Amino acid sequence: MIVVKNLTKSFGTHYALRGINLEIPTGTFLSIFGPNGAGKTTFIRILSTLSRPSTGEIYFDDKNLRDHAESFRQRIGVIGHSTFLYDELTAFENLQFYAKLYSLPDARKRIQQALEEVGLLARADDFVRTFSRGMQQRLSIARAMLHQPDILLLDEPFTGLDQHASSMLKHWLSELKSEKRTILLVTHDLTHGLELADQVAIFVRGKVAYFESADHVDETEFQAHYHKVVAAGGAA
Amino acid sequence: MSYLGKIFAIAYKDLLHEYRSRETITTMMIFSFLVVVIFNFTFDPGSSYALEAAPGIIWVAFTFSGMLGLNRSFIYEIDKGCFHGLLLSPIDRGAIYLGKMIGNIIFMTLVELLTLPLFIILFNLQFSDFLLPLLLIIFLATIGFAAVGTLFSAIAVNTKAREIMLPILLFPVVVPVILSAVNATGGLLRSDDWNQVFAWVRILLAFDVIFVAICYATFEYVVEE
Repeated sequence: MIVVKNLTKSFGTHYALRGINLEIPTGTFLSIFGPNGAGKTTFIRILSTLSRPSTGEIYFDDKNLRDHAESFRQRIGVIGHSTFLYDELTAFENLQFYAKLYSLPDARKRIQQALEEVGLLARADDFVRTFSRGMQQRLSIARAMLHQPDILLLDEPFTGLDQHASSMLKHWLSELKSEKRTILLVTHDLTHGLELADQVAIFVRGKVAYFESADHVDETEFQAHYHKVVAAGGAA
Repeated sequence: MSYLGKIFAIAYKDLLHEYRSRETITTMMIFSFLVVVIFNFTFDPGSSYALEAAPGIIWVAFTFSGMLGLNRSFIYEIDKGCFHGLLLSPIDRGAIYLGKMIGNIIFMTLVELLTLPLFIILFNLQFSDFLLPLLLIIFLATIGFAAVGTLFSAIAVNTKAREIMLPILLFPVVVPVILSAVNATGGLLRSDDWNQVFAWVRILLAFDVIFVAICYATFEYVVEE
């Protein structure tokens, strides 16, 4: 269970997050929508321990993130705008490097398995710089899943993917969802986000303007509501 | 993998990346060689002027080429968000700092070891009796320079004018390192009493111990928003 209490983040006088309160049960797929500048990426950065909150607390299974950041990082996988991959290293070497940082036992077998899952085993010894954007994103998925995290934080993972890579990612996310991992997906793509979600949230101007179970959400109605909430600056 | 293993994994990754790209070492080497060669045009080899200026010249070559290397140290890390990949790993941020610092020390030492013979030949210097003490001075100064430089490189890489920002931040702090290195090298060249030279070596040692510890402890706060 992830519990977020009164989370704020300010950059000088600008508040990116203004008192976020959320409870995300274990095994939930939460899709977070919102316009640019709503604080979605900042929220993911704080959850992933890349950034410290200005005020507020985050608890993972009743443990405060502030005090257990290092052990928590062992449990999360992050896929963001960037791939976190080194161009001058091969696909295998990239994963091998991360396997060392995560102290993975039997790393070689695990890397081969991860590469096979994303369809890149045949390209294991090729340099990442020779990969297309879609292939790099698939390798990024392998990197994020290498240590079998039980919490996944995804920030716009569909950006820049062609249709094939995009449907592969969607299929992969559906599989992960069935494995009862906790997944937080930040996206602008309402269709993708709604299709996969157990819960949906809309962030507007650093606040949670909408939070609902996805079972109660109809896509057409949600789209209309989304535009209304965003236009009203979160007040609707 | 042990704590040390993770540190060396980061350093090894830097070496492998550099072996493939050859961007950093090549730039550092060219700069370092140019400094030594151009200054060589100014002085008659073996003259008293050359002897007096030599310690300053060699440390200009080492520090400025080192600066080029340090500037690049984090640039390729932020290129595809790789630095975030490091920060997201379940390792102490101090280990990231030590891994990057070891990488920087190796790059700088390599360039220094390749520049040194050229410097000795062009300036017609007699270092044969003092080669080991000179290597010790170079190594200790390189540790101090890289220790502070790695921390400041991590700060400067997120600024717009990073090429300018790093020397502005770094040089005031590493003045004791440069001063000690230049004076200790000059002492060796003049065949000064070893105790006099060793006084500067002690400063280098103290600087290394203090600043490696300070930079290790503060790195976490530097890289977190």
